[in-house]
Amino acid sequence: MKTVFSRPASLKDVATHFCPGCQHGLIHRLVADAMDHFGVQQQTIGVASVGCSVFLYEYFDIDVVEAPHGRAPAVATGVKRARPESCVFTYQGDGDLAAIGTSEIIHAANRGENFTALFVNNTTYGMTGGQMAPTTLPGQRSLTSPEGRDVALDGYPMRMAEVIAALDGTAYSVRVAVNSPKNILAAGKAIKKAFEYQLENKGFAFVEVLSSCPTNWGMDALAANERVETEMIPYFNLGTFKERS
Amino acid sequence: MSERQLVAGNIAVAMGALAAGCRHYFGYPITPQSDIPAYMSAELRKLGGTFIQAESEIASINMLLGASACGFRAMTSSSSPGISLKQEGISYMAGSELPGLIVNICRSGPGLGGIDASQADYFQSVKTGGHGGYRTIVVAPASVQEMYDLTILSFDLSDRYRMPALLLADSLVGQMKEALELKPYTLPSDLPAKEWAVTGKLWRSDQRIVKSLYLGEGELEQHNWKLWRRAEELKEKEQRSEGKYLDDAKLIVTGFGSAARIAKTAVEMAREAGMQVGFLRPITLFPFPEKAFAEATVSCKQLLCVELSTGQMVEDVRLSVARDAEVAFYGRPPGTGSLPTPEELFAQIQKHYGKGA
Repeated sequence: MKTVFSRPASLKDVATHFCPGCQHGLIHRLVADAMDHFGVQQQTIGVASVGCSVFLYEYFDIDVVEAPHGRAPAVATGVKRARPESCVFTYQGDGDLAAIGTSEIIHAANRGENFTALFVNNTTYGMTGGQMAPTTLPGQRSLTSPEGRDVALDGYPMRMAEVIAALDGTAYSVRVAVNSPKNILAAGKAIKKAFEYQLENKGFAFVEVLSSCPTNWGMDALAANERVETEMIPYFNLGTFKERS
Repeated sequence: MSERQLVAGNIAVAMGALAAGCRHYFGYPITPQSDIPAYMSAELRKLGGTFIQAESEIASINMLLGASACGFRAMTSSSSPGISLKQEGISYMAGSELPGLIVNICRSGPGLGGIDASQADYFQSVKTGGHGGYRTIVVAPASVQEMYDLTILSFDLSDRYRMPALLLADSLVGQMKEALELKPYTLPSDLPAKEWAVTGKLWRSDQRIVKSLYLGEGELEQHNWKLWRRAEELKEKEQRSEGKYLDDAKLIVTGFGSAARIAKTAVEMAREAGMQVGFLRPITLFPFPEKAFAEATVSCKQLLCVELSTGQMVEDVRLSVARDAEVAFYGRPPGTGSLPTPEELFAQIQKHYGKGA
C-alpha cells in the first residue's frame, strides 16, 4: 500500500491550543513539511516569539529557544552565528515583528543573516484579545480602534514583505496566503524555498503569510477566509518581491 | 611563566573574556566602554568567533541570549543607559537559566548624566534591574588585574550557577592602565556539562527547550524556588572580599571598585598616623560578603562606607554587620570634579575614628 498523506515527522501528534478556524496549525504543518522535505528536523533550532505562536515547542519536535517580544530575529542571529551548521527559523506575528520588533527584523535582514523568517500577518494582536496591529487595515475595527483604523491618527498598515525586500541583505522575500487550497499549495512551496535559501547559504529569507483570526475578527472560519481574499489580499498583494539567484 | 603587559582595564576585560574561551561578542557603541568592542572586533574575527555591532542594546543582549542558549560562552558590554535597555533581556536570560557576561562600565546619571566614574548603578545591578524577581552574579573589580581575573571568574560562576553575571566597574577602573599578569586559564573540571543547550536534536529523541514561560499548574512557582535555591547556594559558597588591618581595627572603611581604591589610600594614611583603621572591600556584590562583615564587626563596631553615589551599598553593609555596629556613610554623587581625594576621605576617617569606642 502506498502512503499518500501522513503527518510530518517534525510535527508532534498533539492537539493544538489554537482557536477554531485559526491558521497557525496549518502554517505549522507547512513549516514541518519543509523541514521533512529537506531532512533537517534533527539540525533545526526554532526561535519562538511572544503571542499565540509562543508554544512552538509544543507542536514542533525540534530544539527551540523562546525569545522576548519582538526579539526573535536578534536571538536567531545569536543562534545561527554560534551554530552556523544548524538550520534556524523564526516564527513571529504582526505585533511582534512589525511593531515592537521592527528594528530587529530590519537589521537581521539587512545583515543578510542566514536564517528563515516566517511572519504570520492576521492584522491583529491575537493573544491579547484583538488590539490594533501595525497591519490592521484602514477602517478595521479592533479593541483599540473601536471606530475603525483612522489612518490620519493611527497611520497605515505596513507592507513588511515589500519593506524587507527593499534591503540589500535580503535574499528572498515573498507574501503568500493560506485561505484556499491553491494558496496553501503556493505557500508550502514558498516556505520550502525559504528553507532552501538558508540551506544553500544564500542569506536572509522572509515569508509573510496572510492568515485569519476568526475569534478576534468576530467571524466564522469561512467568512474569515473570504475576508482574506476580499480585504487583505487587495492591500497586501501576494507575490515574490525579492528572489536573489 | 606568565606574561605581564601594561593595559587599560577595559582591554583587560576583553583579554580575560578571550582567555576564558568567550568567542561571541555582541555590543553597541557607548562611552566609556568603547575599547572593549574595538578590541573584540579586531581579535574575534581573527579567532573565527562572532563580533556583531548590533543595531541596539536590546538586540545585542538578545544575540547574547541566542548564543548562550547554544551553550557557548558569550558576552556584551555597555554603560549605564545601555544596561537599562538590556534589562528585559537579562530578565529573560535569568528566567531561562542562561549564563552569559554583561559588562557595565558605568556612566554617571540619572538619564544621560555624564561619563564620570560612578557607582550609582549598584541598586540596578544588585537588587535586580529587570522585572520578575531574579538574581544575577555581580562582581566589582578595583584594578586592571581584577578586570581580567573577575571576567574569567564571572564566566565560571555564570556557567556553574546558570545565571547571568554582571561585571560592574566605571571609567576609572576601565580606562586606567596598570600591569596585568596574564595567568593561564583552565576550565574548571567540575563545571557541569551544558545538557540544556540547543544544538538541533542531532542524535537525541528528546527536545531541548530554552524558555521562561511556565503556565502549567504550580510550574512557575517551582521554577522560581529553583532559581532561589541556586542563588542561596551562590550566597553560601561564593562570597568574596578583600580585608586588611581588620584584627585590631577600631574603624573599618569599606567601599567597592574605584571608591575602595581611594579609600584604601586613606586607610594607609591613617595607619601611618598611628590610627587603628581597617579596610574591607566587597569583591562580589552579589553574593554580598555578609559573612566577612559579620565576622569583622564582632570586635569592631564602627564602620565608614564610601561610595561614588548618594549611598546604595551602605544598605547592604548595614544589613550584614553585627547589630550593635554603627555604619557611617560618605558619598559623592558622580559628576565632573566630584571624585573624592584620599585626603578628603582621611578627614572623614578622622571625623568618625574613636566615636564608637
